[in-house]
Amino acid sequence: MEKVLTLLSFGDQGWGDELLQGAMVTISVALATLPFGLTLGLLIALASRSKSRWISGFATLYTTVFRGVPELLTLYIIYFGGQILIQRLWSGLGFEGSLSISPFLAGMVALGLVLAAFSSEVWVGALNSIHIGQREGAAALGLSRGQAFRLVVFPQLMRVALPGLGNNWMVLLKETSLVSVITLHDIMFIATRANVSTKEPFIFFSAALALYFFFSLLSAWGIGRMETRLNRGYVR
Amino acid sequence: MSWCELPGYWLGLEVLERYGCRMADGLVITMQLVAISSLLGFFLAVGLALLRLRGPRPVRWAIAGYTTFFRGTPLLCQLFLIYYGLGTFRLFWQDVGLWWFFRDPLYCCLLAFTINTAAYQAEILRGSLQALPKGQIEAARALGMRPVAIFIKVEMPQALIIGLRPLGNELITMIKVSAIASLVTLFDLMGATRLAFARSFDLSIYLVAALIYLALVEIVRRIWNQMEARLTRHMVLR
Amino acid sequence: MTTKRAFLAAMLAAAAFVPGTASAQAITEIKIGTEGAYPPYNNLNAKKELEGFEIDYMNDLCARMKVKCTWVVQDWDGIIPALLSKKYDVIVAGMNATPERAKRVDFTDVYTSTPIAMVGAKSITSTNISPDALKGKTLGAQGSTIHMNYLEAYYKGSTLRPYPTQEEANLDLLNGRLDYIVADLEALESFLKDKGKDCCKIIAEVKRDAAIHGPGVGMALRKGEDALKAMINKAIAESKADGSLDKHAMKWLGKKAIQ
Repeated sequence: MEKVLTLLSFGDQGWGDELLQGAMVTISVALATLPFGLTLGLLIALASRSKSRWISGFATLYTTVFRGVPELLTLYIIYFGGQILIQRLWSGLGFEGSLSISPFLAGMVALGLVLAAFSSEVWVGALNSIHIGQREGAAALGLSRGQAFRLVVFPQLMRVALPGLGNNWMVLLKETSLVSVITLHDIMFIATRANVSTKEPFIFFSAALALYFFFSLLSAWGIGRMETRLNRGYVR
Repeated sequence: MSWCELPGYWLGLEVLERYGCRMADGLVITMQLVAISSLLGFFLAVGLALLRLRGPRPVRWAIAGYTTFFRGTPLLCQLFLIYYGLGTFRLFWQDVGLWWFFRDPLYCCLLAFTINTAAYQAEILRGSLQALPKGQIEAARALGMRPVAIFIKVEMPQALIIGLRPLGNELITMIKVSAIASLVTLFDLMGATRLAFARSFDLSIYLVAALIYLALVEIVRRIWNQMEARLTRHMVLR
Repeated sequence: MTTKRAFLAAMLAAAAFVPGTASAQAITEIKIGTEGAYPPYNNLNAKKELEGFEIDYMNDLCARMKVKCTWVVQDWDGIIPALLSKKYDVIVAGMNATPERAKRVDFTDVYTSTPIAMVGAKSITSTNISPDALKGKTLGAQGSTIHMNYLEAYYKGSTLRPYPTQEEANLDLLNGRLDYIVADLEALESFLKDKGKDCCKIIAEVKRDAAIHGPGVGMALRKGEDALKAMINKAIAESKADGSLDKHAMKWLGKKAIQ
């Protein structure tokens, strides 16, 4: 028991502080991915309702691809392929030198693309739940289409979409563990390093599991609070 | 030239021609991993869901804890705990005669995947069982059926129809997450692809792998749609 | 006249953007990619500074070539893709100049060669490591290295396991999941001095196979960068002639660079 405490302690002897830094990285990746993935997901959802067959076809293709390809593979393709693509674009535009895509950015983009595919389904469901009369009413009040979406549709959308989006967030939190394979120093990466240097994998992977579990319980609690808040106008 | 080299030859992709057979072997391992763990996970889940609903209170709590924990943490971390963590207790496993199991990364993967998918499937089945109208069971009882018969002949068939779609989604998720088996040295489809990339540095091999996974997922989806159409044909209004 | 001159200037300016024509103007700056996880060749120390044989040696070459050198750390799996995408211009990372890699990148002259060895449990008495002798055994190596390629090529009767890093392969040897591991001798020696002290020993050295291992360690460049290659080759030749290559090798590896 004492050995466990030493290994998980803060300071030079233990890996406690490193693990907490890893937790910060995990949370940062997830938080950075969230707005990107959710916005893209909403755009995809709107595209799938488009009258143009090309646009709605693209939305279907997008969700099929990113829901069907393993996240790990998407991550590799973005990390290795993204680098080459960006460099080609950069040189193609006539610039000298190089641009590089950091593991953080690659992880954020890859997880964001996947999140967009899954969240777009939630958005579609929520969009369908909003009655056309809401938009007509907004138009009758003289709101522009943009205003109608921002002031009338979106707040109602959030309420319906929240449980689904909360679920997306929990999945995202777990998927961040994959970014360790492209050398981002998240919880998993630190646990692997600690395992290699101390030969105590049981302790460190248990600690990592505990951290992830803590974050997911915390998220579940937070999402529950948000749901109550958004529903307060509907409680009788 | 063997058949697995042909796609690469036709497409003019040298990497795929060279590593096509490795990837075909990898695909078989991926399918084995997914099929075995999903099936074992399903049987485990039936028991878990039943106990979660009708077991004694401590058992219910224990199962609720189990499902919450395994659904709330990354499978990658669970796999590493089993592969590297349990792997260090070699002397103990040798004493109990189980070292052959924990020595092999394939068995470690199967164990991790089964435990994980069982937690998800148990939650799906619990939801489906709870969604059944009470009258179904009451009617079965009135007919004098025994509890086991009620469960097998009345509850499960209907719960499975309700849970069919989420269970299919879980199977698709398993196909995708099984790619992490390559991180514990297995040459599954992902492992074979990583090998091919490491040798050739040709990115197109990752795109080929993506297409194969996509095809696999699409096939499962089609089969599931067929199955759903068939199983629910008595419920559809004509 | 003026239009003609402007045209000429434009031509020259355009030429400067095309890679491989750098011979027209002197190279003043090089970016170098390394792994930083491969002591004693290149390693990030506790202070997050690069150190090792290759770091000292390349800095020496840079001074010789009178160019400014910047180091970039990149993990092994992505080290060649990042070169191809111009994240840096040359790889100095203990990379063996194998024929397979030479299809994608160019190599400079060889500046060192690493002996290769197989390590197994202390209880193993035989030093026979032929594929027949190891049939049915489980062998591990770091994936995407020449060692894994070597196992793949010859040890078809054995179970092969690729690991993301050498250290994870070492751990599985300790745990008893693997019967043998293959790697560069220096990397194995540091493991045997430390964690592998009680369990394992060097079973035998592996004979280099030119078709798989290549002639030795060289620096990798993008194809067509001939001016840069010629410049580095000249500096390598000088360092071999005046003994400074061996000086760095003695300091870090405790032996001459090329045996």
